[in-house]
Amino acid sequence: MSDRVTVAKTYKLYIGGAFPRSESGRVYPVADSRGGFLANAAQASRKDAREAVAAARKAFPGWSGATAYNRGQVLYRVAELLEGRRAQFVHEVTASEGVKRAEAIVDAAIDRWVWYAGWTDKLAAVLGSSNPVAGPYFSFSTPEPTGVVAVLAPQHSSLLGLVSVLAPVIAAGNTCVVVSSQDRPLPAITLSEVLATSDVPGGVVNVLTGRTAELAPWLAAHADVNALDLTGAPDSTRTELEKAAAGTVKRVLRAPRTEPDWTREPDMARMRAVLETKTVWHPMGV
Amino acid sequence: MTMGPENWHYAPAPESRDIANLKANYQMFVDGKFVDGAGEPLKTVNPATEEVLAEVSTASAADVDNAVKVARRAHDKVWGRMPGSERAKYLFRIARLVQERSRELAVLESLDNGKPIKESRDVDVPTAAAHFFYHAGWADKLGYAGFGPSPRSLGVAGQVIPWNFPLLMAAWKIAPALACGNTVVLKPAETTPLTALVLGEICQQAELPPGVVNILPGAGDVGSELVNHAGVDKVAFTGSTEVGKLIQRSLAGSGKKLTLELGGKAANIVFDDAPLDQAVEGIVNGIFFNQGHVCCAGSRLLVQESVAEELLEKLRQRVSTLRLGDPLDKNTDVGAINSKAQLDRIRELTESGDAEGADRWTSPCPVPDKGFFFAPTVFSGVQQSMRIAREEIFGPVLSVLTFRTPEEAVAKANNTPYGLSAGIWTEKGSRILWAAQRMRAGVVWSNTFNRFDPTAPFGGYQESGFGREGGRAGLEAYLDV
Amino acid sequence: MTELSEVTRDDASLRRFLHGLPGVDQVGVEQRAAGLATRSIKKASKLWAIDTAISMVDLTTLEGADTPGKVRTLAAKARRPDAEYPEVPHVGAVCVYPDLVETAVTALVGSGVGVASVATAFPSGRSNRQVKIADTEMAVAAGASEIDMVIDRGAFLSGRYGQVYEEIVAVKAACGDAHLKVILETGELSTYDNVRRASWLALLAGGDFIKTSTGKVSPAATLPVTHVMLQAVRDWRDRTGQLRGVKPAGGIRNTKDAIRYLVAVHEVAGPEWLTPSLFRFGASSLLNDLLMQRRTQLEGHYSGPDYVTVD
Repeated sequence: MSDRVTVAKTYKLYIGGAFPRSESGRVYPVADSRGGFLANAAQASRKDAREAVAAARKAFPGWSGATAYNRGQVLYRVAELLEGRRAQFVHEVTASEGVKRAEAIVDAAIDRWVWYAGWTDKLAAVLGSSNPVAGPYFSFSTPEPTGVVAVLAPQHSSLLGLVSVLAPVIAAGNTCVVVSSQDRPLPAITLSEVLATSDVPGGVVNVLTGRTAELAPWLAAHADVNALDLTGAPDSTRTELEKAAAGTVKRVLRAPRTEPDWTREPDMARMRAVLETKTVWHPMGV
Repeated sequence: MTMGPENWHYAPAPESRDIANLKANYQMFVDGKFVDGAGEPLKTVNPATEEVLAEVSTASAADVDNAVKVARRAHDKVWGRMPGSERAKYLFRIARLVQERSRELAVLESLDNGKPIKESRDVDVPTAAAHFFYHAGWADKLGYAGFGPSPRSLGVAGQVIPWNFPLLMAAWKIAPALACGNTVVLKPAETTPLTALVLGEICQQAELPPGVVNILPGAGDVGSELVNHAGVDKVAFTGSTEVGKLIQRSLAGSGKKLTLELGGKAANIVFDDAPLDQAVEGIVNGIFFNQGHVCCAGSRLLVQESVAEELLEKLRQRVSTLRLGDPLDKNTDVGAINSKAQLDRIRELTESGDAEGADRWTSPCPVPDKGFFFAPTVFSGVQQSMRIAREEIFGPVLSVLTFRTPEEAVAKANNTPYGLSAGIWTEKGSRILWAAQRMRAGVVWSNTFNRFDPTAPFGGYQESGFGREGGRAGLEAYLDV
Repeated sequence: MTELSEVTRDDASLRRFLHGLPGVDQVGVEQRAAGLATRSIKKASKLWAIDTAISMVDLTTLEGADTPGKVRTLAAKARRPDAEYPEVPHVGAVCVYPDLVETAVTALVGSGVGVASVATAFPSGRSNRQVKIADTEMAVAAGASEIDMVIDRGAFLSGRYGQVYEEIVAVKAACGDAHLKVILETGELSTYDNVRRASWLALLAGGDFIKTSTGKVSPAATLPVTHVMLQAVRDWRDRTGQLRGVKPAGGIRNTKDAIRYLVAVHEVAGPEWLTPSLFRFGASSLLNDLLMQRRTQLEGHYSGPDYVTVD
């Protein structure tokens, strides 16, 4: 035992590239897997959610307009920085989830960023098309980000699960508001610190900690949110959230009742869910 | 002869309504047979004359339940197990039969819907055939569609379609569903059920296994029964945003796969360097095609101020030549509004345009005494805040706004909860691509408008719906991926 | 808006003006032309269209083998196209080479049928200006009431608009009272943008008509090209108040085609153009098909080629 008193971290929200406290001033205690006190996390309010959506909307033109090559490098940079803070994440995941194989989980999370980083400049080729229409037109279709995505992150897998739902959203060019795991929010905030110090522009990812059931309805009904990922939504709230999302015809990514095995290799489904197909026509003539 | 240059009129050149083989009664199509439904029969009306065309039997809740069960059985026992190469041949057969019966279908469509025969003949029916032909080819190639090596069907698709393109929408819905191995229960619109039922007959002629395609006429209640039926795995709806939202709500928590193709308020942007005469054609086609009953209609004209006067003058000249009247007349450009209810809505919205201070111009064309007609109308001096600039009118009414810079044009075009389509007119290539990239819309027509093709994915952003129809992207809606 | 007198001041002004005209989208104009071609003209409308088309025909013979005899045959046909139906209107004009103008004039005295002469080193236009002027003057002196000149396509395609303009102005001056039709030879201009520019150039230079083709180059007249030219005279009217004419020539062989052109005239330029003084067909075999279709309309059964005269 060292005599030194450690310097504890204050966990805050991540909105528009900054780390504010909740405007409500609320915090809630976060416990480790055995019930011991780990830290206080900010308990975001609906107004924080509103600010986060505004920040995400503001960041959307820049991020969606960036070149795919650039977005790929930015995502890869996240992996690089994550690798550098591997030990810290192992520590936090262990504390949060009480797992023995935290190293493997963190490695998988880092590798997931790398996997999605490589997708940014392939999406248009794989999901887009040149359409051989029956007429003198050049017609092509391209995948485009749907806009601002509200992501309810998995409740159990606080880092790998989080990365698995977050990375595809931004790889596809969207910006997002993520509600972290309610009881295991600390890796999400530490990840935010990584994002803030990487090249991800402020506002592209906004992270809220707090009560999922409290924040989700505001995001589900928010007219400036284009899509909703229900992965971490409490079972009992899902139907109501889907109903709220229908108010502005949001794209809703449903989730299985039980959390999937995040270590499995992902496919394109999560990216497809937050991509639109835009078809452009132009006549061919002299 | 009293004709002269000033009054050379075109003698009526009507298609014979006999070609439609119109029957007094139509029945539901279930399990490969035409049967009476237990619902209250509906009378479908010719909107151009207000006369009753036929009585159509409708489905009750029990009929819906039965049809879904029939479709389930057909999926599990026959269609879902059939090799794709065999499914393909049925779809090719249907495509051919639609082509063979195209004249009959065109006349019937114009009778029931009110659209001009030249459109049902040259657009609706050929494009419907093309959709079957295109998707037929996919049936045994789904492994190449990018959704994994052997993507599975979803099961039973419940499909609800609108009255603006009755046959074409049925084709858009049925062809991909069948190609992907699903079976369908389709509800055509209350006011336009006839061509879909003839399509049922075509399925019989093609010897499609019973139960693969089931067609249940009826009103919204039948649609509601269908989409909410527990035995339906996938719901596809084309129609108003209002109803789309209701369906999305009612399906919440059901786990059913859903695609929606809803309303729109598309901007047609004309820059000062546009090919003006073709832009005028595109504007006319954009808003007066099918009486403006088109979800992707170019209902908002955004024109650069420097050419606004010149363009509007050309537009009025051109619109004045549009011939309104008998949908069966081959020279008719603008037919009948599909229903009294729709006509009332158009009137109400245009009156709001007057009240809010926009300038109404109406084509001087003669309007028939009988039937539901609305003369082509152009509102100029429209502001973003007016209802006619924001709400979908779904009629032959154009709202004209102006802009000064490309940025302003894009901002105004995107300033709507809808996002189905957009038009861009300019001779500058880089500006087209710049603007196309910024349009928050699923289809962008540059230097053209209202083009449709089965190979080109179609569908909306935001409140115009989600999911695509057509192309490789369109298959996703009918696969378990 | 620039004054039109300003735009012809020099080559640079002309270029700025012509290149500032709105572009023409090929697919769009062809689609519009095809769409309008689906109009179905029946019964009384068709009969009126046939008679109107007959009155618009410039009955043409432009062969190396032309003789006074051939021209006299044509003139007789022009006066009275169908001997059994004296109410059939006479054609608009007979169109010949300059050396046969005199024959045509003599044969058509008092008929009301015009005599049109091609001129200006037709069809290529490849000669010097003096020759072209002399060609024109000779035809006018022989009594031609209409001159069909060709523009210098070489000069046009190499951007020497001023030269083309001046030449038309000079020929117009040589025409005196004769009407000037300016042949653009659209088949050599290659793009609709060029057709629009050449149309405006001809109108600016004082051409009374703009005409598609010599008939010696393929493609000759097409519906979309005619659409572009009809738009030009319509826009000219909107700008100046003056009415100028259009003449598609070459390739229009049957009644169906002719009626499609009339529909285009009606709906693109406007009904005021439905007169021989503002619209003509340059054609030879068209007339007989019009006459046959006319008989079909009146007699209620199909007619045959032996019932109209082969001239």
